[in-house]
Amino acid sequence: MSIDNQVFIQNVIIGLTVGGYLALIALGYTMVYGIIELINFAHGDLFAFGFFISLTIFAEINPEIPLHGSDLYFTLPAVALLTMLLTGSLNLAIDQIAYKPLRKAPRLAPLLTAVGISFMLEAIYAIWKGPIQIPYPRYFPKEDYMENEHVISFFSKLGMDITEWRIVSFTTKDLFLFGVTIPLVALLTLFIDRTRIGKAMRASAQDREAAMMMGINVNRIIASTFFVGGALAGVAGMVWGLYINSGRFTMGFEAGLMAFTSAVLGGIGNIRGAVLGAFIIGMIKAMSDSYIGSEWTRVVIFGILILMLVFRPSGILGSTQSIEKL
Amino acid sequence: MRDILAQPRSILSGRLRWVLIAIFVVIAPFAMKELELLTNFGLITQVNRALIFVALAQGLNIVVGLAGLLDLGYAAFFAIGAYTFGLLTWPSHDIEMSFFLAIWICALVAAVFGIIIGAPTLRLRGDYLAIVTLAFGEIIPALVRNLGDFTLTFRGRVLIEDYNLTNGSQGLTPLGRPNFTFLENLFGLDKGALNVGVNPTFWYFAIVITSMIVLFSAIRLNNSRLGRAWKAIREDETAADFMGVDPIRTKLAAFAIGASFSGLAGAVYASMLGAIFPELFKFQVSIFLLIIVVLSGRGSIWGVLIGGIIIATFDGVFLAQVLPDIFNGEVLPEYDVQSLRWVFFGIGLIVIMIFRPQGLFPPKSIETKIVPPVAESLEGVQNS
Amino acid sequence: MSVILEAKGVSKAFGRLVAVDTLDYTIEDNSINSIIGPNGAGKTTFFNVVTGYYKPTTGKVVFNQRNISGSRPNQLTRIGIARTFQTIRLFNNLTARENVLIGMHHRLKSGVFGDIFRPPAVRREEAKAHEEAGQLLDYVGLKGYEEHAAKSLPYGHQRRLEIARALATQPQLLLLDEPTAGMNPNETQDMILFIRKLRDERNLSILLIEHDMKVVMTISDKVTVLDYGKKISEGQPAEVQKDERVIEAYLGRRALEMLKK
Repeated sequence: MSIDNQVFIQNVIIGLTVGGYLALIALGYTMVYGIIELINFAHGDLFAFGFFISLTIFAEINPEIPLHGSDLYFTLPAVALLTMLLTGSLNLAIDQIAYKPLRKAPRLAPLLTAVGISFMLEAIYAIWKGPIQIPYPRYFPKEDYMENEHVISFFSKLGMDITEWRIVSFTTKDLFLFGVTIPLVALLTLFIDRTRIGKAMRASAQDREAAMMMGINVNRIIASTFFVGGALAGVAGMVWGLYINSGRFTMGFEAGLMAFTSAVLGGIGNIRGAVLGAFIIGMIKAMSDSYIGSEWTRVVIFGILILMLVFRPSGILGSTQSIEKL
Repeated sequence: MRDILAQPRSILSGRLRWVLIAIFVVIAPFAMKELELLTNFGLITQVNRALIFVALAQGLNIVVGLAGLLDLGYAAFFAIGAYTFGLLTWPSHDIEMSFFLAIWICALVAAVFGIIIGAPTLRLRGDYLAIVTLAFGEIIPALVRNLGDFTLTFRGRVLIEDYNLTNGSQGLTPLGRPNFTFLENLFGLDKGALNVGVNPTFWYFAIVITSMIVLFSAIRLNNSRLGRAWKAIREDETAADFMGVDPIRTKLAAFAIGASFSGLAGAVYASMLGAIFPELFKFQVSIFLLIIVVLSGRGSIWGVLIGGIIIATFDGVFLAQVLPDIFNGEVLPEYDVQSLRWVFFGIGLIVIMIFRPQGLFPPKSIETKIVPPVAESLEGVQNS
Repeated sequence: MSVILEAKGVSKAFGRLVAVDTLDYTIEDNSINSIIGPNGAGKTTFFNVVTGYYKPTTGKVVFNQRNISGSRPNQLTRIGIARTFQTIRLFNNLTARENVLIGMHHRLKSGVFGDIFRPPAVRREEAKAHEEAGQLLDYVGLKGYEEHAAKSLPYGHQRRLEIARALATQPQLLLLDEPTAGMNPNETQDMILFIRKLRDERNLSILLIEHDMKVVMTISDKVTVLDYGKKISEGQPAEVQKDERVIEAYLGRRALEMLKK
C-alpha cells in the first residue's frame, strides 16, 4: 500500500479516536441544551475535572505502571466509576447552585454564569495542579496490534502483508478508547430511548411545562441530566489522560469548543446528532491536521460551523421544520 | 424608596455636575501621576487600558444591550480595528499612514466586517447567533496568527508565496503614532518636539476624546429612530417586523455600528501599545466586555460607562497590579493572583445574575405607577 | 366600492396539515369584515399569510393590484397593511409613546448620521413624530399615559395601545386578531363603536377575527366562516346566521338535526 494511503488510514483511526471522546463530551452539551436550552460553557471544564480527579485518584492508589492483572481489570474500572460519580456530582452541584436560580431569567444570565463557572474552574485547576502541562502517567499498557504476530498472520491469510504498513498503528490504547466510548454512547442512547427517566427527559425537552403537568418532576430530570452529562464528560477526561498522557488547566475549554461544535453540527438537542457530529469533527480535525496544517484546524472547524449554521441551522439530524406560534 | 443605583445621574444635577466631571477628568491624570510615586507600576497606563475597554463596552452595549443580540465574539472587531491599524502603519508594509486618517479607516473596516459577518447570520435567532459570533471570534485571531507566513497554491500554481501580512504570533511592532508635524512647523519647533511616544498623559487624553466620541454617538443613537428600532427588535422581533421595522437591516446597523466603535478603539489601542499580538484578542476579551455590559446594566449607556470604569479599573489596576504588588509573590505566587481574577468575575457574575439580573445600573426606569387615567373609555366614541 | 385585497386560491400547509385550504377571499374598500370559525379553523394562519408572516403554499394574495405573496411583514406594513395580535405583543419596556413611534419608523427618514448629528431636518421630523404619537394616543383614549411603560398599562389599555401602534403605520387595511378578547361587556361595547369609528373616520378597511358573535353580527359588513381551512359560508351577518352549514360546523350534525325537529 502506498504511503499516502497509509497516512490516510492512520488519519481515519485518529479521527475516530478524537470523535470518540468528543462524543462523550458532546452528549452532555446536547442533553443540557435539549432540556433547559442552556449552552453550558462550563461543560468542557468538567472534562478537565475528569482528567485531574482521575489523576489524583490514581496517584492515591499508586498502582504499578503499566497496569496489569487485577489493576487493569478491577482498579481501572473502579477509578473510572469513581471519576464518573465525582464529575457527575460536581456538575449536579454547579447546576443547583448557579443555574437553578436562573431558570426563569433572561437567556443571557445562565449563559454568562456558565462562562463564569468555566473561568472559575479553570482558575481552580491552575491553583490546584499548576498552570503548566501536567503529565498523566502511562498507566495503560501500549502495544501496537499492527506488530502482533497473530494479527500479522491473520492479515496474511487474507493476502495482505501488514508489516509493510509502517505508518499505520492501532494500539491497545486505541482499542481501549473505543472500548470505553462506543459502549457508553450506546448505553446512553438506550437509556434515553428505553428507560422511564430517559422518556421523562425527552418529554421535558419537548415541552417543559406540559411535562410538569403530566406529573414529571422536571427539576429531578434536569438534575439527572446534569449528573449523567457530567459523568460522561468525566470519564472522557480520564480516557483522554490515559490516551494522550498529558493535559493542562485550559484543556476543557479547547475540547469543550470542539464538542460543542459537534453538538451543533449534528443538531443541538439531538442525541444521535451529537455522536455523529463528534465523529465528523474528529475526522475533520484529523484530516485538517494532516493535510492542511494543524494551525488551520481551528479556522476549518469554525468555518464549517458557521457555514452549517447559515445554511442549515438545525444541524444534520435536527428537524428543519419549526412552526413558530404567534 | 428611590433606587440610587438605578439613577446614577440623579446624584448631582444641572450644569454643576458637568463642570465637576470635566474638572475631574482633566485633573485625574496629574493626580494619578502623583500617585504613581507610591506605586511601582504605571497607574495611568493601566487606567488608559481600562478606559479603552469602556469604549469597547459601549459598542458591545449597542449590540447586546440595545438590539438584544448575543455576541460572544466581539473581540474579533477589536482585533480587526487594531490589525487594520497595524497593516496601515507597520513600517514593513510601506504604507505608514497618518494616525489621524488611519483610525477612521479602521472604524470603517470593522463596520464592513460587521456587515460581512452579520448579513448571512443575523436572521439566526438567539443562541445560534451567539455560536456564530463565537466561531467568528475564534477564527479571527487564528487567521491573524496564520497569516504571518502565508502561501496560497491553486492547482499546483503558487499564487502567493511566504507572504507576511500579520507577522504571525510575533505580532506587529512598531506601529504608527500620532505626529504633530503641522503644529511643530506652525510654532517653529524642532522636528519631533511634539512626538508623543508612550507618554501616558497624552494617551489618557487621546482615549478620553475617543471615548467621548463613542459616548456621544451612543447617547444620540439611543434616543433616535434607529435606537428605538433596536429596542423594538430586542423586545419583540416579530412584532417589530409587523410594525414596519426591517429586522435584518436594523440588526445589521447595530452590528456595524458596534463594530465601528470597536474598530476605532482597537486602532487607538494599537497605536498606544505600539505592538499588537493575536493573544490580545482572545475569547476572554469578548467575555470580559460582556461581563462589563451585563454587570453594569444592559442597555444603559451611562450604566456601562460608570460600571465599565469601575470593573475595568478593578481588573486592570487592582487585580492585575495592586494585588500582586501587595503579595509581592510571597504569600501567593504571582500567577495565583492573576488567575484569581476569573474567580472574582465568576463569583461576581453569579451573584449579580441571581440577585440583580438587570445589572448594577440598569436603564433609567420609566414611570411604572399608574396615574389616574385622563380618559376612561375610548374618548369621543360615546359622543359621536 | 373597489376591492383592496384579494386572496386567490390561497393554501397554507404545515407538513401534511393543511391549515388554510384553497381560500378565495376579497375585502372591499372601507368595510368591516369578520372571519369566524371553530378553533383551529385556520383564521390566524390566514391572517399570517395576509400579513406576510407565512408565504402561501399555493395561490396568491393581491393588495391594491399588487401581488404580495412572499413579501415580508415589514414590506407589507410599508404599503398599508397593519395588524394587532391575539395575545398582546407590545414592546413591553418601551413607553406608550415609543411604541407608537415604532409604528411610524418606516415613514421617518433619518439615517445613522442624521440620528447622531441631528441636523435641523431630523429635529423637526422627530418633534413632529412625537406630536403625532401623542395625538394618536389621545385618539385611542390613552392621553396621559404617554410616558408609561407598555407593560405597566392595564389590559384594556394595552389593547388600545396596540391599535394606536398599528394606526401609526398609516394602514389602508387593518387586521384585528380578537380585539375584544378578555374584555367586559362595557369595554366590548366601546370597542365596537371604536372599530366603526376607525372605518368611518380613517377610511380603513378592517379584517377581524372574533369569537364574540354579538360583536361580529353587530359591526360586520361581511362575515366569512372557516372550518378546517375551507370557507363554508359567506355573506351579510343575517345570511350567515341562518346558514345550516355554519350551525353544523359549530354545533355538530346532531345538534342541527335536533334544531330541525
